[in-house]
Amino acid sequence: MSTTNQVAISAEGLVKKYGSTTALDGVDLTVPTGTVLGVLGPNGAGKTTAVRILGTLLRPDAGHAEVGGYDVVREAPRVREIIGLTGQYASVDEDMSGRRNLVMIGRLLGLPRDQSKTRADQLLERFELTDAGDRIAKTYSGGMRRRLDLAASLVGNPSILYLDEPTTGLDPHARNGVWDTIRNLVLDGTTVLLTTQYLEEADALADSIMVFDKGKVVAEGRPSELKAQAGKQSLDVRPAEPGHLERVAAIVSEAVGTRPTVDVVNALVSVPVSDGTSMPVVVRRLDEAGIAVTELSLRLPSLDEVFLALTGHAAQEQSIAVLEGASR
Amino acid sequence: MSTATLEVPATRRSRPFAWAEQSLTLAWRNIVRIRQNPEALADVTIQPIIFLLLFLFVFGGAIAGGGTWHDYLPYLLPGVLVQSVVFSTLGTGVALNEDFAKGVFDRFRSLPIARVAPLIGAVLGDAVRYLTSIVILMTAGFLLGFRFENGVGNGLLACLVVLLFALSLCWVWVWLGLKLKTAQGVQGIAFLVMFPLTFGSNIFVQTTTLPGFLQSWTKVNPVTYLVDTMRGLMIGGDVQKPLLITLAWMVGLVAVFAPLAIRAYRRRT
Ligand SMILES: Nc1ncnc2c1ncn2[C@@H]1O[C@H](COP(=O)(O)OP(=O)(O)OP(=O)(O)O)[C@@H](O)[C@H]1O
Ligand SMILES: [Mg+2]
Repeated sequence: MSTTNQVAISAEGLVKKYGSTTALDGVDLTVPTGTVLGVLGPNGAGKTTAVRILGTLLRPDAGHAEVGGYDVVREAPRVREIIGLTGQYASVDEDMSGRRNLVMIGRLLGLPRDQSKTRADQLLERFELTDAGDRIAKTYSGGMRRRLDLAASLVGNPSILYLDEPTTGLDPHARNGVWDTIRNLVLDGTTVLLTTQYLEEADALADSIMVFDKGKVVAEGRPSELKAQAGKQSLDVRPAEPGHLERVAAIVSEAVGTRPTVDVVNALVSVPVSDGTSMPVVVRRLDEAGIAVTELSLRLPSLDEVFLALTGHAAQEQSIAVLEGASR
Repeated sequence: MSTATLEVPATRRSRPFAWAEQSLTLAWRNIVRIRQNPEALADVTIQPIIFLLLFLFVFGGAIAGGGTWHDYLPYLLPGVLVQSVVFSTLGTGVALNEDFAKGVFDRFRSLPIARVAPLIGAVLGDAVRYLTSIVILMTAGFLLGFRFENGVGNGLLACLVVLLFALSLCWVWVWLGLKLKTAQGVQGIAFLVMFPLTFGSNIFVQTTTLPGFLQSWTKVNPVTYLVDTMRGLMIGGDVQKPLLITLAWMVGLVAVFAPLAIRAYRRRT
């Protein structure tokens, strides 16, 4: 049995090459039992590769990893006993009904027929697929397939769960449902490693976050730590009159000593500041100039801004690319 | 919901014949899929019938020399049976390759099941397709006037032999299906394998009518011995020697290609 009950997943120096592409370039990670690790990164960062190695689908070229205390290469059959895996692309059998898909997995796991059926019904219900349960999966929408795939990875009550972009392509309602399910699983003690393109998702679910870029870990920590790591806070001012944007920008620039960015679309002036000391000055000057504002705030940077600071390129274009990909 | 421990749940504790149960479950999956897509049975229903009628009526008169297609039928039917069953093993490789491309096998490979189970499941599931092809052709043969001249028992034994041969030969396709990147690739290589196996044999004509180099090939070709066995059992003739050679080939095919296929399955990413 496992010697380490505190650490569910640990990896050291994972390397995976595809020809001349280095998908993973020395990744270390540790996930304590019962916690959620969120892996963020742009397309091609190596997230899926890492999940496939930890899920025993792929052998690393170098480095090693243990899951539940078992080596993912040498003790792969043991690892498979305790993991559940939902890959980036749904791996359901399109030529069978959703219910049969789940029953089949129960049977493969050695559950008796009646228990397999009960389990399938429970999971169909939890993922709101009961009505569609007897329909052939080919007729499911993309989001329904993803939910079925998620259900399939839960049939065996895994104690460690990998979710590769579990909510990509889901509508907001279904996404909330998946989030709730993940939270409940974690309450029950399940360890979760999830990859996502949505910074918001990692922020909402993860105890700690890793940012991958080009096969390397470029940042890690708790969501709040990461935000702090990106450094500066941001001072935002939104004038009541969009016509006052330029005057507000001038006032802020003078008070802070840095030229702010002016977002004309959102009628927002924002400037990075190291602390809150310039805030009262800005308030006084605005008051003297008789300019009304609808918003004046000092905030930590959003994860999007963190992402930009850490990887040197914006996360936004990546999420857009994914949304486009999902809608095709 | 589950407990938080990393214990293996009791229901999953290793059972001695787990691999067999898992293979049967996956065979069941393939059969369900066939029921769902009956049109996928075209290669084991319409195709063999077309082949039978084509050879019987178009070439029959010419090949049978002075005779008519009636004289050719007893000779041809065991041959066409072998040919169509051999051809339908190709479908096993193509289907496996497509399954892999769709990601269903990612699911299987992340489950704690025996490595051979998905492969044995695919092969056993396809036994249904091979059986369909045998039943269809025998029915057509009987309607056209074919009879088991050597007894019904021997006739059925012949059907069993060809089924077992298909189940052995299909490991070649399982291996190729896992080894090649695309289903088109699998189909592309089919002609390289199928034509020498079927046309370079005694399926349609007596091998003595063939040129020398082809005759030497037919003497190695397992299909020749299988067809001899079939004819011996169905309409009479020497059975023992061709049957032994056929059985040896079957054992050889499984011994070589099943391990290769399992290795390819493990390596495939
Ligand atoms: N089977 C493969 N053959 C060749 N290259 C591959 C293969 N799988 C992944 N790669 C390459 O490895 C790199 C990492 O890919 P990976 O799928 O792990 O990225 P990802 O972070 O999951 O990206 P995404 O957000 O698009 O899912 C990419 O450059 C990709 O092109
Ligand atoms: Mg990916």
